[in-house]
Amino acid sequence: MYDKGKIIPGLIVFVLIAVSPIIYNRGNAGHVPNPEKPKNAKECVRPVAEMRESHMQMVIDWRTDVIRDNGAREAVTAGGVKYVRSLQLGCMKCHTSKQKFCDECHKYASVEPYCWDCHIAPEEKD
Amino acid sequence: MKVLQSVLLVLALVVVGFVVAIIPGGQALIGKVLPYLAFAVFLLFFIVKVVGWAKSPVPFRIPTTAGQEKSLPWVKQSRFDNPSTTGGVIVRMLLEVTMFRSLFRNTKAEMHDGPYLAHGSSKYLWLFALIFHYSFLVVVLRHLRLFLNPVPGLIQALGGADGFLQVLSPGLYISDLTIVLGLVLLFGRRLVRPQIRYISLVNDYFPLVLIFAIATSGILMRYIIRPDIINIKQLAVGLATFHPVIPGEMGTIFFVHLFLVCCLLVYFPFSKLMHMGGVFLSPTRNMANNNRMVHHDNPWNDPAIKPHSYAGYEDEFREVMKEAEIPVEKE
Amino acid sequence: MADPKAEQLGIGVAKDPSLMTGAIPRRGWMDTPAIFKPGNYCYPGKPEMVEYLNKALPGKFGEPRVWSPEDEDWKLPENWKEIILEGLRERLDKFRSLKIFMDCCVRCGACADKCHFFLGTGDPKNMPVLRAELLRSVYRREFSKAGKIMGKMVGARDLTVDVLKEWFMYFYQCTECRRCSLYCPYGIDTAEITMMMRELLHLVGINTNWILEPAANSNRTGNHMGLQPHTFKENIEYLVDDIEEITGIRVEPTFNRKGAEILFITPSADVFAEPGIYTAMGYLLLFHHIGLDYTWSTYASEGGNFGLFTNNELMKKLNGKMYAEAERLGVKWILGGECGHMWRVVHQYMDTLNGPPDFLEVPKSPITGTVFDNAASTKMVHISEFTADLIHHNKLKLDSSRNDHRKVTYHDSCNTARAMGLLEEPRIILKEVVNDFHEMPEHTIREETFCCGSGTGLNTGEIMELRMRGGLPRANAVKFVKEKYDVNTLSCVCAIDRATLSVLMDYWTPGVDVCGVSELVGNALIMEGEKERETGLRFEPLAGSEEGEADV
Repeated sequence: MYDKGKIIPGLIVFVLIAVSPIIYNRGNAGHVPNPEKPKNAKECVRPVAEMRESHMQMVIDWRTDVIRDNGAREAVTAGGVKYVRSLQLGCMKCHTSKQKFCDECHKYASVEPYCWDCHIAPEEKD
Repeated sequence: MKVLQSVLLVLALVVVGFVVAIIPGGQALIGKVLPYLAFAVFLLFFIVKVVGWAKSPVPFRIPTTAGQEKSLPWVKQSRFDNPSTTGGVIVRMLLEVTMFRSLFRNTKAEMHDGPYLAHGSSKYLWLFALIFHYSFLVVVLRHLRLFLNPVPGLIQALGGADGFLQVLSPGLYISDLTIVLGLVLLFGRRLVRPQIRYISLVNDYFPLVLIFAIATSGILMRYIIRPDIINIKQLAVGLATFHPVIPGEMGTIFFVHLFLVCCLLVYFPFSKLMHMGGVFLSPTRNMANNNRMVHHDNPWNDPAIKPHSYAGYEDEFREVMKEAEIPVEKE
Repeated sequence: MADPKAEQLGIGVAKDPSLMTGAIPRRGWMDTPAIFKPGNYCYPGKPEMVEYLNKALPGKFGEPRVWSPEDEDWKLPENWKEIILEGLRERLDKFRSLKIFMDCCVRCGACADKCHFFLGTGDPKNMPVLRAELLRSVYRREFSKAGKIMGKMVGARDLTVDVLKEWFMYFYQCTECRRCSLYCPYGIDTAEITMMMRELLHLVGINTNWILEPAANSNRTGNHMGLQPHTFKENIEYLVDDIEEITGIRVEPTFNRKGAEILFITPSADVFAEPGIYTAMGYLLLFHHIGLDYTWSTYASEGGNFGLFTNNELMKKLNGKMYAEAERLGVKWILGGECGHMWRVVHQYMDTLNGPPDFLEVPKSPITGTVFDNAASTKMVHISEFTADLIHHNKLKLDSSRNDHRKVTYHDSCNTARAMGLLEEPRIILKEVVNDFHEMPEHTIREETFCCGSGTGLNTGEIMELRMRGGLPRANAVKFVKEKYDVNTLSCVCAIDRATLSVLMDYWTPGVDVCGVSELVGNALIMEGEKERETGLRFEPLAGSEEGEADV
């Protein structure tokens, strides 16, 4: 007839699912990423804002160019320093820790770059 | 005409979102206030609608029987297409909600000279609907990575599975492709099939165009105009913890995207999109066909309605009945 | 206006531009008015019928008056709009189904080409989705904010006299067969909507005589034709005479007999009209064959229930006789004959309307001992279920070769198929009593079956073209098996089918007889002490005797 016994629990489940993010977070915004800045350099190969938004594009372009199209490795200059177009020999020369730099944001935003499918992350000194 | 109206409506919404996003305080409005309003409207009126349905009783048991009834023990019953038990109904509903069972039956009729009518299986609508709805579901679930901190393994895994192709950077989500595909197919079907075009209303095109605009702005943000995802997540988590913040630059497009999503949320409970709730309440699908096995009550059944009485009948026909040697109560 | 010949109509159906043949109407459906002309509407109810029913159920049938759909003025009550909207509000509060069906349609169009009336007429408003939109558009205007504000843009429109007229046209071009509801992803059942709409129309006195007169008759005399008790009995006695002539056996049915174990109720059409009477002869033979302790009733002499085509209240009132008579006679349970909409009412409504009948027992076959648990509450069993059980237990002596003059196919009645699920039982019977059986093509049988095109009180002569168009999909499937397998007999378990399909076959596929399954059972039954049969139950020559004649 009215099926209250099914509709009300159904609605409750629906609301619980809808507000599940609120319940899950329990009012706690959690850890906000704070990637460790390099100590030995002041300037990156591109402006910080551009790096934040598009580093993934640049890194993948490097890979394509260097690995697949036999492009030159040494090509990027920043603050008068030449950098190798390479994840481990370039980027990670300054950003030495995967955990303290890369993972900070990647984990926060649940991004799983497949860099590390091939590259072996440097040993963390800590 | 109706298509144009729908597109213009959505364009107007895009413009509104854009304008508000660039005026001072506008971003805070869209980012910190509107989502709460929209979400509250969505939840509240969704519930109001369902409760409104629930307030009317189901006076009769009227399942559409789509297979053999349960009758004699040696006659094989269609347990799920014509269920007689709660378990059977649950399976029927699961098949309906998750697999679109009824649409899977779809046929297409063609009239040929003769006249000769041909009926063939037609699974396009079923396929298009599946593509769209499952893509939509995956996209929504994926977005949880922005609202939950830390991100649960399941959501992470879903993102990984959705991006398993490992092309482009950031990685391409298959659901981004398929949701657009699904929308285009469903929209195209409305335009191409004369029968569907004739019945389609603005109410039918509009949600498709709106979701298309939402999906497009989302895709643009992932692959082309990339706002800072960390800021976006801070905003999203802020919303989900009741401490909304605008942590920094996020790009106008993000606010347009968010504005459109809010529009969809507000539109939802007042529109045909409520089929999401309605599908669970449809009396022709969610009732067991045990009509003759168990009594079903109707709350407004009127006991005062009685058949024309036998006494009245006999009074009228007693003489002819006696003549025809039909037994009577009163001689 | 003469009805068109089949050949001419056949060309029209396939060639005339319509939404079914690929042409899109230039005008939107809201701007296309319903135009009544001779042949496209059923005659309105006679004032005396309306008056009689209004006495039985005050306020449900509007004012008795003489009016015609072709007239500009339908002589509606002044406050007709108020009555309709109030009635709609009341029904929304009474039926969850109506609310859901108004709110959930996404106009996906899966139902569009499922309706036999759309397939046969190509009229857009016969697409189930659009049929429902005829109401939904008004619902949006009156019961939704968006519709109130934005009107036509969101598919809302005012309730006007023209809308009312349109409703009368198209809710009497729906036979409530539920084929559309089978394919609907939300199970939207146009039958349910049509039922509500007809109820509303009745409130303001918009009605058809072909429904009201049988309903009024049924209330008074117990059956649609208004057969009085002695005539009802006489008619069955004619059948008894015929049975004696054919088989040499005299069966002895009883009437209104108290203390019988079983009350048998079948549509009255089986008692007075061809080819239903042959089905009735089948019942009589079967019951005699197994020595069943049963009685007919002249008071509850109608299985059918035209109340279903008017409103809930009348349906309840007419249906009430079955239990009332079963209680008066003190029977143990009720056996029901072959009928479609009767079984819709019995299966889906009776127990709720007038039950539970605690004075009856759970049906148990006195011959096989089988307990019909599937009818444990309603206590009424379908003749096909009953016969299939007899056959399963080898209780019938059958000679299926007596049906060798028949190449048979089977039409699932829309009601027994989609509102009950009685699909296998008739086939189990047919397998035993017929040697040459062929199914019609898939998508036209079982749960996907097509309506005869004339159900829900549309079986009237004045709309013959419409009926032939609506019946085309069914006839077409029969034609297929006729051409492929030489099928000459269309069997069914529905009294309306027996009447309407006969006309339909004569029109589209001449040479196909229509019969009830029980007629074929009657033909095949080897009665104890019978003489050698030379003919079937309709005095038609049997296969062997035909050859004999040919040899001469």
